[in-house]
Amino acid sequence: MSAIIKIESLTRVFDVSKPWLNRVIERLPKALLTAVSEVSFEIEENSVYALVGESGSGKSTIGKIVVGLVPPSKGKVEVEGVDLATETDASKIEAVRADIQMIFQDPYASLNPRWRVREIINEPVAAKGGDTTGLAERLLEQVGLSAKDAAKYPHEFSGGQRQRICIARALASGPKIIVCDEPTSALDVSVQAQVLNLMSDLRKDLGLTYLFISHDLTVVHHMADKIGVLYLGRLVEEAPRDRLFDAPKHPYTQMLFDAAPRMDAFGREVEPPKGEIPDAINPPTGCAFHPRCPIAVERCSKERPEMRRIGETRVACHLAE
Amino acid sequence: MTEKTPVLSVRNLVVEIPTRHGILRPVDNVSYDIHAGEILGVVGESGAGKSMTGNAVVGLLDRPARITSGEILLSGQHIHTLKGEALRRLRGKMMGMIFQDPLTSLNPLLTVGDQLTETIQEHLKVGQTEARNRAIAALEEVGIPAARSRIDSYPHEFSGGMRQRVVIALALCAEPDLVIADEPTTALDVSVQAQIVALLKRLCREKGVAVMLVTHDMGVIAEAADRVAVMYAGRLAELGPVREVLTAAHHPYTAGLMASTPLASQGKERLRQIPGAMPRLGNLPDGCAFHPRCDYAQDRCRANPGPTLDTCDGRAACWFPLNTKQKDEVSA
Ligand SMILES: Nc1ncnc2c1ncn2[C@@H]1O[C@H](COP(=O)(O)OP(=O)(O)OP(=O)(O)O)[C@@H](O)[C@H]1O
Ligand SMILES: Nc1ncnc2c1ncn2[C@@H]1O[C@H](COP(=O)(O)OP(=O)(O)OP(=O)(O)O)[C@@H](O)[C@H]1O
Ligand code: SF4
Ligand code: SF4
Ligand SMILES: [Mg+2]
Ligand SMILES: [Mg+2]
Repeated sequence: MSAIIKIESLTRVFDVSKPWLNRVIERLPKALLTAVSEVSFEIEENSVYALVGESGSGKSTIGKIVVGLVPPSKGKVEVEGVDLATETDASKIEAVRADIQMIFQDPYASLNPRWRVREIINEPVAAKGGDTTGLAERLLEQVGLSAKDAAKYPHEFSGGQRQRICIARALASGPKIIVCDEPTSALDVSVQAQVLNLMSDLRKDLGLTYLFISHDLTVVHHMADKIGVLYLGRLVEEAPRDRLFDAPKHPYTQMLFDAAPRMDAFGREVEPPKGEIPDAINPPTGCAFHPRCPIAVERCSKERPEMRRIGETRVACHLAE
Repeated sequence: MTEKTPVLSVRNLVVEIPTRHGILRPVDNVSYDIHAGEILGVVGESGAGKSMTGNAVVGLLDRPARITSGEILLSGQHIHTLKGEALRRLRGKMMGMIFQDPLTSLNPLLTVGDQLTETIQEHLKVGQTEARNRAIAALEEVGIPAARSRIDSYPHEFSGGMRQRVVIALALCAEPDLVIADEPTTALDVSVQAQIVALLKRLCREKGVAVMLVTHDMGVIAEAADRVAVMYAGRLAELGPVREVLTAAHHPYTAGLMASTPLASQGKERLRQIPGAMPRLGNLPDGCAFHPRCDYAQDRCRANPGPTLDTCDGRAACWFPLNTKQKDEVSA
């Protein structure tokens, strides 16, 4: 097996300063928000790599960088051996871009209500002048809808059916990699099961690779081969699925697991985690988790822990072992 | 032992919406009680009628939806007949509401302190200073650090999780008997969600508040609720103690819902799925509304009248319930 995506020290900084004039009048400094900071990981071909973390941890930003919707500030994204930042051959970049598609959380917002389903699904291919004869009909059947649905409008479908339409559109250009940003978060559990099963089937049938973004640990446990945990824009732990769930090494990962509601934990009384995610514009010094970490020592507030490898796990914590 | 009067008693509640294509029933013959210090969880797919039921109880149905029959009793007193000012006063005094989006419950132009003291003074006979002290106490109660110095902040100066705490403080400051929490943690991160759920449980236990907790998260239900009501297409599908309903569902829909969660299928490549989708309200099948998707459907299920809790075993609205004793004996 080889890596189809290689991400190295990926960093993205957003300028979230107030307008220049306000800054001058109110004597405010420039405000820079580091949404993604020195993140490195690799995704094996035909595998599912999941990114988890709480709101604002940088999951969507990484997804958007990988599909090319947001440029990185620093670092490198290499897809199928092509470095998207330095490659000079435009046709190579275009070929790689066509191999990556994205599915978003909200199946309502991401479909144009005035277009027929056929036009929606064919659009990515039609835009490149490709042949779309029978394409939408074939894809609709592949995602468990019917060819007849091609003539309908999005409002005629339920949430789960719309997410299938989004998946059909993502498949239109025959991609190898799909970045899924919370693909089932807006769906009911019974509908979620249908969509997740479809994604598993497509992975097997078409040999797809997924970058799977989610905050739902049970969904990630079901889908992922390898999982990266993000906190305030940094990767704090990465491990194969069972490794991570059986023996989480980073105190933040442990906190996430403890806090997640469990369907088999009737009347469980847990001491809920303390504090909140800090302000991303002025993150804590040293290890960004130290104000909330139950085992933090003095060193943690001064020195940022480097990513270390322990067995199959990579973890950024001074005390992890 | 005499049964205590429940804080909330909903009897055969029907909510209807007149439309061009006929009358829809988003809430159809729903009955349940909630006792002091009890959390009733309400689950079901989007559109099942969970919010409609809660809104009907607090008298906040949006037109054209309206209650057309049934009764709602608060500590034994009929409240579905109240209107206008009388309803508004009773609602503020005896019922607190927490919605998914904290911003719908907060006025962005007033400080948190002003909103709390206003609510307290409207419903409790206390002076300005006492009201402010109570407001600070309410904020401390819900875990806002440095409440005394944060009380004069505006809602936008708080984070999402902190705002939801403020809403909870607002819902509780007039010391209500009943709290309706409609997806109170859905927009929040797991760590904040765990904090809010722990807070609701503690307040329920310590103050004896009756809580109706609407959520689609089975994990939250398992950890917080005492009993759970499962809704399907405007009707109650199942109602019972949370552990029994989640581990040994009587209604095939509940069983399907549980089986389709990733946790239940751990280690399996595919998740169990319920075929199809919940029918639209204007297009409900005859008999049991679940029959087109049900593995156990028989002729009787397709005939009217469909099963209700009352006409079945009181636990599940199903002619052929699962996990019942008799059945186990037969299969054994
Ligand atoms: N275009 C932008 N301009 C400024 N800040 C941004 C922009 N996009 C993202 N951010 C900030 O970057 C951080 C990471 O955001 P991102 O959307 O990647 O998080 P996420 O992990 O996907 O969160 P969620 O679970 O809420 O979707 C956040 O603090 C966010 O406010
Ligand atoms: N004005 C209206 N006209 C027609 N139908 C309506 C109207 N308002 C609500 N409904 C329907 O009433 C039903 C009940 O809605 P309700 O908001 O109670 O569902 P819910 O169970 O809270 O769902 P969710 O999980 O999405 O919040 C839905 O099927 C909805 O489509
Ligand atoms: S480095 Fe220190 S503060 Fe950070 S997670 Fe490890 S122990 Fe906690
Ligand atoms: S009544 Fe019949 S169709 Fe309805 S849930 Fe029970 S077995 Fe299934
Ligand atoms: Mg996101
Ligand atoms: Mg609702």
